[in-house]
Amino acid sequence: MLSQMEQDALILSLRASTLAVLWSLPIAIALGWMLGQKRFPGHALLNAVVHLPLVLPPIVIGYLLLLVLGRNGMLGAPLDALFGIRIAFSKSAVIIACAVVGFPLMVRAIRQSAEAMDPRYAHAARSLGASEWRIFFTVSLPLMTPGILTGITLAFARAVGEFGATITLAANIPGRTQTLPLALFTVTQTPGEEAAAARLCILSLLLAGGALLASEAITRRIPQGATR
Amino acid sequence: MIELHLRHRQGDFELETDLVVPAEGIIGLIGRSGSGKSTLFSCIAGHTRPRRGCISLNGRLFFHSAHRINLPPAARHIGVVFQEGLLFPHMTVRGNLAYGARNVGTSFWNEVIETLDLASLLDARPARLSGGERQRAAIGRALMAEPELLLLDEPVSALDPGLKARTLDLIARVQERTQTPMIYISHSPEEVRRLCSRVVTMQAGRIISISDGAAGSKARPHLASAQALRCTG
Repeated sequence: MLSQMEQDALILSLRASTLAVLWSLPIAIALGWMLGQKRFPGHALLNAVVHLPLVLPPIVIGYLLLLVLGRNGMLGAPLDALFGIRIAFSKSAVIIACAVVGFPLMVRAIRQSAEAMDPRYAHAARSLGASEWRIFFTVSLPLMTPGILTGITLAFARAVGEFGATITLAANIPGRTQTLPLALFTVTQTPGEEAAAARLCILSLLLAGGALLASEAITRRIPQGATR
Repeated sequence: MIELHLRHRQGDFELETDLVVPAEGIIGLIGRSGSGKSTLFSCIAGHTRPRRGCISLNGRLFFHSAHRINLPPAARHIGVVFQEGLLFPHMTVRGNLAYGARNVGTSFWNEVIETLDLASLLDARPARLSGGERQRAAIGRALMAEPELLLLDEPVSALDPGLKARTLDLIARVQERTQTPMIYISHSPEEVRRLCSRVVTMQAGRIISISDGAAGSKARPHLASAQALRCTG
């Protein structure tokens, strides 16, 4: 039903988006919690930096990443020289591009649930003798769960649809860095591939819709009433 | 003894409170909203750091600005009960009760559950509980940590009158059985008169009177001690 190229693209997209979300999740939780619950110098600046990938054109993000991670880049050159790791135009590049564009959406959703959390839950836990670590893992984290799930879904959907940063940092190599949107781009540029384009469109729709439905289903199972 | 000498400013509001009372029974703290009850609550519990002064309980210093002592809330052993209860919504009542009950013996655990009539609620989630049940569970949760002092902030003001009376009786019974000293914050003089052995009245950030709760005794005006800012401990 699907051609080899389409299967490869689908599997790569799913894999890269899942890994991108998993890798960035702990950092996004920490940042979202900090931005939502704490006041500190540089709060507004940090918030702006986190949101930057949301407003920058994806091509710019891809190009900046290429400058840093490319073979002559700040990080890319030492990585290549010391460990022989080349990130640009590899599968890792796809994951990194997906992670960066999805990151602000994830932090934003988590920050909102952290802001909505009544600080007196933590006060109550403290008065019961709980350490800050225990409060974070047993009270704050569970209360932020709806935001975390929303963030995961949004970031995943954004990562699956990622195009500009990926094509700049990872290029469009079939079977290696060609994700679903890149494959779709290729077939739309090729006369006579309308059927393939239709199949890839439907796949994208199913993926995005499926992620949304899954998150709705999970969110409905979480007990509400944790917000102030 | 509970000893407080506090100076704090928050915007236009100024707290200037000196209080020395025995740590026993239920001490009522009344005053209109904005009189400084909540700020005082928050300073004692350790959620707010006062500008200046000291707080001690039975000779244990929690806070002393001059000696740079500020015990974190987790180390103060002060229980808190909020108006809305604020049980952890993702845990059952049992989970809530167990949260602070680290070294509590089975007999004390059972006694608290029995006194507050919580046995049938243990497996319920807070969202399923009525307002009165939620407050009983919240009082139980605070007691299970065996606090040296329990702060109750308007614990019955969200309840309907019948439930209010019953919950007040429960609080009195719990105090009698556990002998945990309590500070009961309220804007309702009737509640406090009914429950408390001693009543402290606040107005505009100051304590204006302290009376013995025994019926008929007259409130005497409270003179702010001249040698303020001296806590034993």
